[in-house]
Amino acid sequence: METCMSIIIGILFAVGTYLILSKTLLRIILGTSIIGHGVNLLLLTMGGLKKGGPPLLGLNTLTFTDPLPQALILTAIVINFATTALFLVLSYRAYKVLGTDDVEQLRGYNDE
Amino acid sequence: MKEPNDVILKTATKAAVVIILAFSIHLFLSGHHNPGGGFIGGLAFVAAVVLLYLVHGIEKVQKNIPVDFKKVAGIGVLISVFTGVGGMISGNPFLNQAFWMVDLPLFGKTEMATAVLFDVGVALAVIGASLTIIISISDDR
Amino acid sequence: MNNLIILPIIIPIIAGMLMVICKNMIKFHRFLSLLAIISVGTVSVLLMEQIKFAGIQILYLGGWQAPFGITLVADMFAVMLVLVTAIVTFCCLCYAFSSIGIERELHYFYPLVLFMIAGVNGAFLTGDIFNLFVCFEVMLVASYVLISLGGTRIQLRESVKYILINMISSFFFLVAIAFLYRMTGTLNLAHLSVLVAKAGQGGLMTAVAFLFLIVFSLKAGLLLFFWLPGSYSAPPPAIAAIFAALLTKVGVYAIIRLFSLVFYHEPGVTHQLIGVLAAITMVLGAMGAVAYGDIKRIMTYNVMIGIGFILAGFASFSTAGMSGTVYYLIHDMIVKALLFLLGGTIIYLTGTGKLKEMSGLIRLHPQLGWMFFIAALSLSGIPPLSGFIGKIFITEGTFHSGYFWLGGIGLLSGLMVLYSMLKIFMNVFWGYTNLTDETDKGTHRGLLLPIGILTVLTIALGLGAEGIHEYVDLAVMGLMEPGLYIDAVRGSSLW
Repeated sequence: METCMSIIIGILFAVGTYLILSKTLLRIILGTSIIGHGVNLLLLTMGGLKKGGPPLLGLNTLTFTDPLPQALILTAIVINFATTALFLVLSYRAYKVLGTDDVEQLRGYNDE
Repeated sequence: MKEPNDVILKTATKAAVVIILAFSIHLFLSGHHNPGGGFIGGLAFVAAVVLLYLVHGIEKVQKNIPVDFKKVAGIGVLISVFTGVGGMISGNPFLNQAFWMVDLPLFGKTEMATAVLFDVGVALAVIGASLTIIISISDDR
Repeated sequence: MNNLIILPIIIPIIAGMLMVICKNMIKFHRFLSLLAIISVGTVSVLLMEQIKFAGIQILYLGGWQAPFGITLVADMFAVMLVLVTAIVTFCCLCYAFSSIGIERELHYFYPLVLFMIAGVNGAFLTGDIFNLFVCFEVMLVASYVLISLGGTRIQLRESVKYILINMISSFFFLVAIAFLYRMTGTLNLAHLSVLVAKAGQGGLMTAVAFLFLIVFSLKAGLLLFFWLPGSYSAPPPAIAAIFAALLTKVGVYAIIRLFSLVFYHEPGVTHQLIGVLAAITMVLGAMGAVAYGDIKRIMTYNVMIGIGFILAGFASFSTAGMSGTVYYLIHDMIVKALLFLLGGTIIYLTGTGKLKEMSGLIRLHPQLGWMFFIAALSLSGIPPLSGFIGKIFITEGTFHSGYFWLGGIGLLSGLMVLYSMLKIFMNVFWGYTNLTDETDKGTHRGLLLPIGILTVLTIALGLGAEGIHEYVDLAVMGLMEPGLYIDAVRGSSLW
């Protein structure tokens, strides 16, 4: 299972990196959010993919999964959601004001 | 422009919104010992409101629910923080929670916890923040 | 257990949220933001006294013992930085009152600054590495909005890059946390320190340490500073001053905390690498500061030189070097804010950032000129001012540990700082006066008062270095002896 997960994480990171290296802003944002998913999977895997009951009171199971990585992932998802939303709105605004979504043209040589 | 004929959508929405809202409250209340809680309950609530936006248009819904969602988010965060401060006033660490068993008339023996207040704050913050994001993305075409 | 520790984090949040609710009352916003910052400063002074008499203060949030719950740890180093943060923010807010403009004020400028301060204070006070990540994000999200607030072309262009860089570094932060959690099974800094010391810092652990180093270098602008000159020259001076004084310093704080508390077993590898990175940063920063003829660029490259120099002292990992680091960090926060406010005022007066197009300001604005001169001398470490004491300790520390090249580069970069600052001073204040009395916009008390306060502080820190010596010593002791921190967090539990 861990091997499978690490391959998936690798693929997500590769796709995300490819998208981030492209020129259009929208693809870059998609890339960051795909890498974000890869990171969340990595957190899940690193917490250990044990078989066990959910960590809730009142369940009569002997083994519990580790709840901490899940708490971390929830926090990471929320933060990622907020930043992605902000990034989307901001790049839409930048597109409207600057008239381009091509990162090559966002360099700004005009000073010096 | 001709108004699209979406009677089916509007009729289905009337039922669906009520169901989603009820489910969001269920999710919120079950969060104390079971999966659920303020965050997910708030998001489900947002889903209902977004459905209304989609069907009836943002202006119409905002006229009927005249609430500034930024303020909702602000009040939510304040409630959460002050729940934490409540622990401090009683001499315990910040965010310390307390609970009592209360006999309510209809419900029988019920657990009342200050953690629910914290969750109310979280839910309000999530509702306010998400709806603010959705409105500000969508209001400019 | 000490509930005072949470106050520097929740006071700004409560004040900010009250402002969000009362949206259009700008006077109320101004008053409440100052009140919040002053009370944070007061709390940190109280905490410093408590730490001085009773040792490191701890707060277990919700009463959950470490390592299970979130722990807040107030040691002298962290609380000193909280105090300096409050002072610097106070001055920048005063400057913003008369310079930021009603449009930005109505778009939640003060709440955003306060949320950023909450994040900064949280990052200083937390004792849990995941909470550090969360506080970083709180600070960064607020800074994303602050950098784009106003929506001018250059701001939008730079903020897109700034957000992208910081999002990627946050992902790396999470990756590093995931690996660390797999290897140790804990996220509490003190518990991590114990476990790493028990298991030994092997190659794999050092690799994770490097991952953290990459993340924090990106945030601090240590070698990975390519984003910094653009981003810090985009926003208006009051915001740029807060950024330059605080944001990179939080990265520096994280490096110092992590590599003095957890990953301190292989100084030959990790700390030497930090030293090399610091040296390269100083060299490249000095090149930029000397080469550019634009006042904003010169100031941002000076930020990098400061970062490099602070971490040079840390890399020496000796008591002298460390106290130099603490002194210089405090000095750098104050003087960078001062520098950016001065630069912003100059640009406001002349309407341009290019050195060639301005001259002769001293005739109309003598106070500004002389305060700039004092800031320039202080920045390059001339004796009676605040930069000197840090500089001498860092140099002593690097020489003591045998890193002669590092100390040498540090001293040379100090010369370059002096050159670049005097280049600004001579071009801007000397020479033929372009502005006439009619075209001059004039400065008023609202702009000069915060600058004056910071100038007085940099002089006072230099002359009264003896006075804070006791506190700096306590901070250095906490950094050099991880055992004190661990024992305080551990309390009576057994691990």
